[in-house]
Amino acid sequence: MTHATSTRLPPLSAHDLATRPGEVLIRFEGLQKSFGRKVIYTGLDLDIRRGETLTVIGGSGTGKSVLLKCLIGLLRPDAGSIRFDGQELVGLSEEEFIPVRRKIAMLFQGAALFDSLTVGENVAYPIREHFPDVSEAEIADRVAAKLEMVGLPGIEQMRPSDLSGGMKKRVGLARAIAIDPEVVLYDEPTTGLDPINTRRINELIVKLNEELRVTSIVVTHDMESAYMVSHRMAMLYNHRILARGTVEEMRRSEVPEVRNFVRGMVGGEA
Amino acid sequence: MNPAAAPERPPRFPRFHDAALQMGGGAMLAWKVVTSGLRGRFDWKALRYQIEHIGVRSTSIGSLTALFAGMVLSVQFGYFMAKFGIAYAIGRVLALSVLRELGPVLTALTVGGRVGSGIAAELGSMQVTEQIDAIRALGADPVKKLVVPRVLATTICVPIITVFADVIGLVSGAVIAKSMYGIGYGEFYRQAVAAVVLNDFTSGIFKAAVFGALIGIVGCYKGFATSGGTEGVGRATTETVAISAIGVLLADFVLTQLLLSL
Repeated sequence: MTHATSTRLPPLSAHDLATRPGEVLIRFEGLQKSFGRKVIYTGLDLDIRRGETLTVIGGSGTGKSVLLKCLIGLLRPDAGSIRFDGQELVGLSEEEFIPVRRKIAMLFQGAALFDSLTVGENVAYPIREHFPDVSEAEIADRVAAKLEMVGLPGIEQMRPSDLSGGMKKRVGLARAIAIDPEVVLYDEPTTGLDPINTRRINELIVKLNEELRVTSIVVTHDMESAYMVSHRMAMLYNHRILARGTVEEMRRSEVPEVRNFVRGMVGGEA
Repeated sequence: MNPAAAPERPPRFPRFHDAALQMGGGAMLAWKVVTSGLRGRFDWKALRYQIEHIGVRSTSIGSLTALFAGMVLSVQFGYFMAKFGIAYAIGRVLALSVLRELGPVLTALTVGGRVGSGIAAELGSMQVTEQIDAIRALGADPVKKLVVPRVLATTICVPIITVFADVIGLVSGAVIAKSMYGIGYGEFYRQAVAAVVLNDFTSGIFKAAVFGALIGIVGCYKGFATSGGTEGVGRATTETVAISAIGVLLADFVLTQLLLSL
């Protein structure tokens, strides 16, 4: 991964295509987190392998998004360890997190596009931050390529306020992948979208995983989406990971909480 | 249930506890503004935008406030001074009170209300829509991107608007002194110049700069600390107006003592 520390932009899709399946890229170990009196995790363990798409499912308020935010350093866990590619992330300073954020990108639930900037400036934002010496022409090319990739070519001059919810999500995704991250985190990527946009987003998650070989962590309570995009799934319940496995294993799970949740029964809600 | 989360003892004076926490948070934000403002490339474009947005567009409200303040002050002082036959000295009283106190304080209160609430609403909306998290996730520093240009802009603009306010307040006061109490412009000017030393003006401007920084910090802090959706944005906005007004008056009291003792 020599490109990660150079100041030049890596070429498009330059990821290590010789993916080594089974190798653990991200490991959460004994993670503890609470907000005041509200306990989120009491010792959460989870492995994410290089090149896979892992979906974290669970009811509202079980702390699915918190997991992603701890990984990218937006929230600090109270105790435990998060290792990414061999590097311990817990305890890093805000400065030290910047190189990590060059490799891990996040699609926020509401897309979190900057209202004060155009779509093009939004997508260019991480390029300008991480690679300040890249020329304007190169930035424009890359922004166009990323917007093309999410199926929205030529909308650079539009404002986020002019976009529909689904388009915002796709622009948010273009912004997340603008600097070719190794890992993309999706926070409820299909929540609030119509069926067509939901399918588009699901297809994009699969496409990014297959074409760019990105490792993905998807947080969702949309089971159809989870089935469609995941290699493996993990269910968050009662402050820890209750069950994990392939899509088939989870579908056939005999654990009552998993069975209830997967089949959309009220008992699964935590 | 969770052994790791030790039960927190609730503070004995929750409101005081909360106020102390917020003051500490504001002070830490101010410190971060200094450290991150000095680090890396400075974004002149953002500063220019904020100066226009915050400063230039607040000139009219600041000027109007000063216009009426100067007029009403002249009416009040003139009325009582005429009773003692010393209405000729109205320029003296007016110049000192406008330059030392009313110019900076009224500007800070009105501009602070307008600008501080705007900053809190904008940053608060960004906070609840995760845009501030997004700035961090995309490798940038929200303090440097959002807070530094705004705080610098308020620190620069409030003193400049204060200069306008000083001039407008004195001119409107002189007009009232002439039209209601027959004090000529020459006499008003002579009295004013005889009473005022440069320090009166500069201390007012210095105070205005401190008020400006305070307004910027309070607005940004409240914006960043927003939680609870759109309702939270409304709360942050109103709290900013209240806190910055009280903060300005409190700082005025402290600074005035300090500057007089120098």
